[in-house]
Order: sequence, then C-alpha cells, then structure tokens
Amino acid sequence: MKTNDTRTELNLELYRMLYLIRTCEETIVEHYFEDEMKTPMHMSMGAEAISVGICQALRPEDHVFGTYRSHALFLAKTGDTDDFFAEMYGKDTSSLKGKGGSMHLCSPDHGFMGASAIVASAIPVAAGCAFANKRANNGKLVAVFFGDGAADEGCFWESLNAACLMKLPILFVCEDNGLAVHTPKSCRRGYSSLVDVVSKFNCIAHEHKTTDAEAIYELTSELIETMKNEQKPGFLRLEYCRYLEHVGVQQDFEAGYRSVEEFEQWYKFDPVALQRKKLQNLGYQTDNIKRLETEIEEGVSRSFSKAKNASFCEVSELYKEVLV
Amino acid sequence: MRNISYCEALNEAMAQEMQADPDVFVYGIDVADHKRVFGSTKGLLEKFGPDRCFSTPLSEDAMTGFGLGAAINGLRPIHVHMRVDFMLLAMNQLANMISSYRYMSAGRLEVPMVIRAVIGRGWGQAFQHSKTMHCCFAHIPGLKVVMPTTPRDAKETLVAAIRDDNPVISIEHRWLYDVEDEVPEEVEPTFLGHGRVLKQGCDITVVATSWMNIEALKAAEILAKHGVSVEVIDPVSICPLDEELITDSVTKTGHCIVADNDWVYAGFGAELAAIVSEKCFGTLKSPVARIGFAQTPCPTVRHLEQEFYPNAIDIIETIEQKLDLEETDLSGEDFYSYENKFKGPF
Ligand SMILES: Cc1ncc(C[n+]2csc(CCOP(=O)(O)OP(=O)(O)O)c2C)c(N)n1
Ligand SMILES: [Mg+2]
Repeated sequence: MKTNDTRTELNLELYRMLYLIRTCEETIVEHYFEDEMKTPMHMSMGAEAISVGICQALRPEDHVFGTYRSHALFLAKTGDTDDFFAEMYGKDTSSLKGKGGSMHLCSPDHGFMGASAIVASAIPVAAGCAFANKRANNGKLVAVFFGDGAADEGCFWESLNAACLMKLPILFVCEDNGLAVHTPKSCRRGYSSLVDVVSKFNCIAHEHKTTDAEAIYELTSELIETMKNEQKPGFLRLEYCRYLEHVGVQQDFEAGYRSVEEFEQWYKFDPVALQRKKLQNLGYQTDNIKRLETEIEEGVSRSFSKAKNASFCEVSELYKEVLV
Repeated sequence: MRNISYCEALNEAMAQEMQADPDVFVYGIDVADHKRVFGSTKGLLEKFGPDRCFSTPLSEDAMTGFGLGAAINGLRPIHVHMRVDFMLLAMNQLANMISSYRYMSAGRLEVPMVIRAVIGRGWGQAFQHSKTMHCCFAHIPGLKVVMPTTPRDAKETLVAAIRDDNPVISIEHRWLYDVEDEVPEEVEPTFLGHGRVLKQGCDITVVATSWMNIEALKAAEILAKHGVSVEVIDPVSICPLDEELITDSVTKTGHCIVADNDWVYAGFGAELAAIVSEKCFGTLKSPVARIGFAQTPCPTVRHLEQEFYPNAIDIIETIEQKLDLEETDLSGEDFYSYENKFKGPF
C-alpha cells in the first residue's frame, strides 16, 4: 500500500510532466502561425497521460521509440525543453541541429532512441534494441509507441511475432485514437479487437480507456512486473482522443469525419485537468499547484525564447553524420 | 598461402570476426539450418551457439529493422539473405531507417550492421531470384555497398564490413561461391573502398562487377593471344568507389567499357560512364561503352537466359569495335560454362 504522501508525490510528478507537455504544445499552437517552426506538427494534445504514465513506470535507463507524433513521449522521457524547442526551430543549439524536426526527435542519452515518420517502421528497430538488451542482460526494457494505424502494417505483426518468439523484454504501446489521419478503424480492419488478436501471441496484452495518468502508471508497472516474471513481451492498447487535426495545430471538427460531441465527452476528462483535480482531492494546496504551474510556464518560456533567438547551424553541417 | 573457395572465405571471415568480437552475430532465414546458406554459415552455430547464429521468421522487413535496433544498441549484426530479391521486402528499413539513423541521431547512434545477399543465376532462377540491385542501394546516402569477386576480396571486404561502423550491404554472386583462390589466413586491418586491378593491360579498360569480372578476364585472356592488352578492374566496392583507380586506368588506355552484372539503363554503368567522362574527357579516345543484362525480366528457359546475360564474347566484340580490330577467331576457345559446376537448384 502506498502512503498518502508517496501517492501525492507520485501524482505531483505526473502532474508536473502533464502540465509541462501541455504548456509546451500550447506554446507551439500560439506561435506556429509565425511560420518560424517549419516542421509538420503532429500534436500529442489529448494523449499526454499515456506517455507520462508509462514513462513514469519506466526507469531512466530504459529505452523508448516513438513516431512522428512524439512530443509528449519525448518530453516525458527527457524533460529536455531546451532541446525540444531548439529542434522545433531547427537551431544550432538543438542536439540534432534541425536535421530531424518535430517528426524525428531523438535523444539517446535519455534513452529516447528515435522516432520514425514511416508508420510502424520503428517497431522492429525497438525489437532489435530489446534483443541487444537481453543479450547484455542489463535489465533494460524497451517501450515502443505507435498509433492504431501501425497495426494495419505487416511490419507490426512481423515484429510482434519475432518479439514473442524470442521472448524479448519489450512493451508494445498502441496509442489508439481510432483514426489514421481521417480514416476510422472500421474502414481499415477485418477484425474487431486488436487486443484479442494480439493476445493469441505469446505475450501479455492489456487495454484501457482512461485519461488518468496514475491509472496508466499503475497498469504499466504491473504489466512490467508480469513481463519480467513470465519472460514475455507486453502489449498495451490505450485509447485517447486526438484533440487537434492530424497534422497542424487547429481543430477540424467541421470537416465532418468525426463528431465534436465525442471530443467534448473526452474533454470532460482532460488528462491535465483531471490530474489537477486529483491533486486537490489529495489535499494538495491550490496555491502550491499554481506555484508549480508558474514555475513550469517560466521554464518553458525560457526554453522557447532561447530557441527562437538561437542561430542556425553552419551550412557545412549538411554533409556531416551521413557515414562515419 | 592456401587456396580456399569464395564460400569458405566468407565463412572464415565471419568465424574469425565472431571469435574476436562477441558482439558480432549472424542471423537470417535458414542461416542455421543444415544447408547453412550454401555452406557460408557452416560451423557458426556449433562454435558460437544459438544466441549468435540463428534462423529467423520469414520477415525480411522486420528482421532488417531488428538488426538496426541491435546495431544502435551495441551489437554488430550480420543479416543474411539467400537472394537479393528477398531483401527488397526490407527496402523500407534500408532506405528510410538504416541509411539515415546515424544522421537522424546526429552521429550519436552508429549502425555497424552488415547485410549479405546472394545473386542467383542459371538453372531457372528467373526474374525473382537473379537481381543484383547494387545501384539502387548505392543510390541512397548512408549505405555502403560492396560486391567482391575474388575469394580473397570476399574475405577482406567481409572482415572490413563487419568492423565498419556504418551499414554495409555485401552482394555475393552464387556462381562465385565455388571459385577457389589464394586467401590469407589473417586479414590485415582494412577499410572499404579499394578497387582491384585484376589484370593489367594498356590498350583498353574494362570495369566489371561481380561475375562479369570472370567474363572480362576470359575476354582479356583470349585477346591477349591476339596481341590486345586489356586491363580489368574490379571496383569491389560500389560505394564508396575507388574512382582514382578507374580514372587512372582510363587515362592510361583512353578507352572504357563497363560490364555490369545488372541492367544497363539507369544503372551503375551509367554512373561510371558519367564519372569517366567528367574526369577523363580530354584523354578519352572513344565514348564509354556499357554492357549488361537485356532490358527484360530474367527468363527461365536456358536459350533465352543465354541471350539475357552478357558474356566474354560480348565483351570481346565491344573491344573489337572500340579498337577497330578484325573479328577475333574464337574457334577452339573453351568458354566457361558454369553449368558444368552449378547444377542447381539454388
Ligand atoms: C508507411 C506509411 N504509410 C503512410 C503514411 C502516411 N501517414 C502518416 S500518419 C498516418 C496515419 C497513421 O495513423 P496512426 O498510426 O493511427 O497514428 P496517429 O497519427 O493516429 O497517431 C498515415 C497514413 C506514412 N507516414 N507511412
Ligand atoms: Mg491513430
């Protein structure tokens, strides 16, 4: 049993990260129109609890892989807002010097091993990374994040099969917003339940529909324990609602491919607001919450300004890091 | 020095490197079955165990990405494909992932991965078991591509490829597997990008790839009897390319023929022709000529296949045209017929 103190501490940590990610993305929304962040933004807004809950359950040395929609995952794993905004602006101060952009974040020092904008293509890479961890017997876990669209790709199934065959220490995380761009699952699938199919493989598969980062943290922690005990890969399908358009920073409910009512239903349980309320219920003072929020906002604002004001890298950088 | 086969040379390279470096492992479809990829992975399972030599599901795409993931996390994978054609299922991982992983991590992640793939020919290999594709791979920045011809180069390039911190694709012609030659037991530390003059000559330069070197050497041998001196150059490495070796030779001879083990159109021969005309324009006595496969899918039936593949006679005829020679008397010449050796099926 957790004491109230440790539970508050955990929830405070979760809130800090949720609020940080939301603030970063709101900053992007506010400034994207200035046309200086020239990189296609696939926003995480609405999905924050998944990355935050899971990364909380991981250890710093564990590895993650993401997709073009990885703002939340990157920030949850690295906490590095300087690097984040510098890369959004493509500046010299970013560790990638603008070669990646929003779709290709990477921070190996923090265990963020890369993100791919080709649907499903990082999944086998994550499996290979897990194989190396297993060989090294270093106890590290790999978590690979992908959308529901990735399950349409052969590569996902090939990777799941290989990981189950080889009993790799890998957690597959399907961030399910029900859409691939604008196409719902009902138009893409010849089966009804992904988890039903996946659970026929030798892995431990769970699913959940929640915006509660703590619940996702608990679920993931338990799953990781079971994975370790049973020496099997894990699979998590977590539902969420994508707040904004597929790519870009606007809402597009008027396009008619999904209903605003559904969004409103989800928004009642917005992961950030929900977590804030939880802190209050746990007896955490509103003043303290506000102080924390101000602190985060100031930090984000500093990172943002630094990035905006930084210079671009030398043109000679173009040819660097192709081959050793 | 002892003579061993091309296949044994590949096997020795892997065995020695696996012995020297516990991070090296070899995997792929049927790598550990009793046939051991035509014998090239023989003994590796017994010596290094199933963790370092294993067969995989038939998932070329995922297992290629798997190698990438292992490579960026400290291991040195060797992925083997029984045919280049099968590797095409992994084109996404090659072109979108492996080639750019170092770049997208700003050099913080390295990809010391080797992909070996075999070119088939003859005995009904047909259009899905006979491709080379080196020009397609070499087209993509971030990949190295080698195509050794001699047993010695097979060993040296594979050792160098395994030690290389970049992804390297090694393309091996099935017909070369039984060729025997001198191969050193210990390989000097070497790096990729050295071409080799397989035969020195002063009248004309033939740059040939993979099996086409065997044909070029045969052509050179026959023409030598008629007083024509052909220089045969094997680039060995397609990317990086030993340009200087080639341009020096062409500067000397003034003529260049590219005999590529591939289709001609938009191929490696076109690249080489461009390089040679850019760098040797003033010294060229004739335009660069290209020899390669017929611009068709590869047929199964023998007499059409014969027509599909270029051979030593095609090279001789092209040389005759370039040097304005009389038609060479080929009666009594014994042309290498590989079918005396390669009885299929694969
Ligand atoms: C292999 C491939 N096919 C198509 C695309 C174009 N595309 C980009 S995102 C996307 C939808 C993916 O949906 P999902 O995996 O559910 O992720 P989400 O955007 O919902 O997070 C598509 C089809 C792509 N990037 N890669
Ligand atoms: Mg989706």
